[in-house]
Amino acid sequence: MLPEISLNILDIAENSARAKATYIEIIIDISSREHLMHVGIKDNGCGMTPEELQAVTDPFFTSRTTRKVGLGIPFLKQSAECTGGTFSIESKKGVGTNVSVTYHTDHIDCMPLGDITETMVTLITSHDEIDFWFAYKVDGEGFQLDTREIKEILGDIPLSEPEVRMFIQEFIAERVEEADKKIDR
Amino acid sequence: MKSLEELRAIREKMNGNIGFRSESSDDTRIVVGMATCGIASGARPVLKTLSDEVQKRGLKHVKVCQTGCIGLCQYEPIVEIYEPGKEKVTYVKVNPEKAIDILEQHIVRGQAIDKYMLHVNENM
Repeated sequence: MLPEISLNILDIAENSARAKATYIEIIIDISSREHLMHVGIKDNGCGMTPEELQAVTDPFFTSRTTRKVGLGIPFLKQSAECTGGTFSIESKKGVGTNVSVTYHTDHIDCMPLGDITETMVTLITSHDEIDFWFAYKVDGEGFQLDTREIKEILGDIPLSEPEVRMFIQEFIAERVEEADKKIDR
Repeated sequence: MKSLEELRAIREKMNGNIGFRSESSDDTRIVVGMATCGIASGARPVLKTLSDEVQKRGLKHVKVCQTGCIGLCQYEPIVEIYEPGKEKVTYVKVNPEKAIDILEQHIVRGQAIDKYMLHVNENM
């Protein structure tokens, strides 16, 4: 198991990157009153055939050749379902994949979200070729970040540049912290 | 709070020294495995530590990047060092502390750390 939900998100989004996605949407929508958290990861990667889609929640299926098991999707599914939450995946060959999970955050088996900022910074700064749209909401309020806006300002300066990376890190961390204040109230 | 406008200032500043960020074959590449096996064993903080340290030390010819599953899941987190003209070095079971050692001793001083490396038994 991956010990944080944010690590599961990183892992699933890395699948999107390997599926040659050029655009990835990640949304985290928390309802503090209902103790629910919805996580969505959507890409425009190569997608899967109905057969592959069927097999993807089976730990003994993987598209890789370096090893025989693929635990990413099963881990994510288990992490949500063990809280009484839901898991769904839709995919179409040549169109993309959409993964959606819901957690009951008041369930004793619910993992912490963990360091979502670090997950986003890792994804954004190590995949310059991919545009990310990230939204983080608590009770309907929060923020969103579109890396296309960043790239437009930066021109040909890569996002992996240390100063840029530092900026993105602080930009996300401040806003996540601000949004999380609602949970503590 | 930070605004995207601050990026303009960063860009202005960087346009001044555009030369250093052109990728060249003389760069040292530090590669971290970031598939499920790597992430589950702690590759994210290792990648972060390496990126932070490279920035802190201003190592301009060192690039930190990531790859997928290397096929040695039981040894993750794995960090590979590619230096021009040298053989690849593979470090296994890396954590943030070891990552700092690797940067200080291998990258900065040029002394590979034998005890963190993967060794292949040729007799097997």
